[in-house]
Amino acid sequence: MDFLSFDILSITYLVASVTFILGLKMLGHPDTARKGNLIAAAGMGIAIFSTIFLYNEGGVYLSNRLWIFGGLFAGILVGTYAARVVQMTQMPEMVSVFNGMGGACAALIATVEATRHADEPRLKMLAIVAGLIIGTISFSGSIIAWGKLSGKIRDRSFKGQQVISLSLLATIIGIGAYMILGNAPAGTIYLEIALCFVYGVLFVLPIGGADMPVVISLLNSFTGIAAACGGFLYDNKAMLTGGILVGSAGTILTILMCKAMNRSLLNVLIGSFSAKQSGNEEGPEGGHVKEMTLTDAAMMMSYAKKVMIVPGYGLAVAQAQHTCHDLEKVLEEKGVEVKYAIHPVAGRMPGHMNVLLAEADVPYPKLLEMDDANAEFSSTDVVVVLGANDVVNPAAKTNPSSPIYGMPILDVEKAKTIIVNKRTMQTGYAGIQNELFYNPKTSMLFGDAKAVLQQLIAEVKAN
Amino acid sequence: MDNILSATDMQMVYIVVLMIFLGIEIISHVPSILHTPLMSGANAIHGVVILGAIIVMGQADPDNYGALVLGFFAVFLGTLNVVGGFLVTDRMLEMFKRHK
Repeated sequence: MDFLSFDILSITYLVASVTFILGLKMLGHPDTARKGNLIAAAGMGIAIFSTIFLYNEGGVYLSNRLWIFGGLFAGILVGTYAARVVQMTQMPEMVSVFNGMGGACAALIATVEATRHADEPRLKMLAIVAGLIIGTISFSGSIIAWGKLSGKIRDRSFKGQQVISLSLLATIIGIGAYMILGNAPAGTIYLEIALCFVYGVLFVLPIGGADMPVVISLLNSFTGIAAACGGFLYDNKAMLTGGILVGSAGTILTILMCKAMNRSLLNVLIGSFSAKQSGNEEGPEGGHVKEMTLTDAAMMMSYAKKVMIVPGYGLAVAQAQHTCHDLEKVLEEKGVEVKYAIHPVAGRMPGHMNVLLAEADVPYPKLLEMDDANAEFSSTDVVVVLGANDVVNPAAKTNPSSPIYGMPILDVEKAKTIIVNKRTMQTGYAGIQNELFYNPKTSMLFGDAKAVLQQLIAEVKAN
Repeated sequence: MDNILSATDMQMVYIVVLMIFLGIEIISHVPSILHTPLMSGANAIHGVVILGAIIVMGQADPDNYGALVLGFFAVFLGTLNVVGGFLVTDRMLEMFKRHK
């Protein structure tokens, strides 16, 4: 009887592991992505319910089911609500928050287990301590990343931060080893949690806001490893496969994102953005910014052969994706060819702009990836930059002292004219000036992207 | 010497090594437009940590309110990770689907 039910549990875990692998694989193709997500979710559901009803140690099944269902129910309620009301522009923050919750969950498990069996074999204790450390760092780091993306926390660094961070990390590992060896006094665990929490904050705080996607992806893989530690602790193969799979896939994804910015992970983590931004506040000498009227802009676009739109975070903030699509349609009716140039890290996450424009029903073939777009700029009459900044900053190619030097950018300067829509002359997320705005070919259209686009549509129609 | 890793532990190590390679293999050729949904989907999958929370909760002494409350929060946070993660991913992908 016990043998039988234990077998069923193992089989459900195998099924769950397979769904995670299949799901992740299918998430990598546009055609199958949504199905892949559903398959992984179904596997997760199976694993959860079979754990509640079938998990046993020596024939003793789980008790406190009322508490378990209470927690599940509360989580489903809050999770569903949060996922439904969040706006497309806030998705990155939301992912960060959910990631933090997973990290906190792993840390809580470790806390309970550490206090429950302080006399566990060392290997189990290693899994507990590792889960505790990684989970807590992932939690506090994710919360800071969330704060930065939603604009609640600014980039901050102080002298000697790296020395302090590194010695803190060494202390955390030292105390962790002490706990594993089994002679740490009770209460050490709370000190360890506090130190890990502080480390997570210090880890993310100096990293530039523009690099948050990379950080979230990295913390995502941290949480995966923390979950896998739980798998080791309970000899639970679903937790182990799911956790390690995310840990490894997440690490690769992080590296791919860094590659898209032509930077190394180390360079991102050291936080060069905030470290070097001073001294770069002034625009080029003698340069001045040229403003243009909406009527002129509309005229220029209506009589262009080819218009290229470069969307950025400003478009997302203004929720102007639908209006942008409308402008595209109005222009196409006039016989103008309209395309979009998508920088891989435009917005706050790789693919952010694709998601946003897909929401507005912009057809796929109109979205050009960076290399394709760069090949077309020289034959483009008008480039319209909508709330993008760092991804079109020529300093990335020309100024070796610039913090974004080396990042591939969209070569909008090759086009005949450039129209830049921004709310103000403020710098982009990297906090640096953009010479493009001082280029003689560039004209500025100040204002909220949505309002400006609406007026442009009216003007184009009147033409 | 022979007690450091039991047969079960060794099995787990096997799984870890294979999963690392599998994870790398799966992600290597993904178009950048899917990076965000992929990260979000992976985020939901590590919500599998909730199984640990359920086990902690289910094994807690019914009189130990400290453990019960911690376990309850663990289950709650884990569920949030799972449910929120999958739903947010689905919402993102819903937008890709219409054009196919």
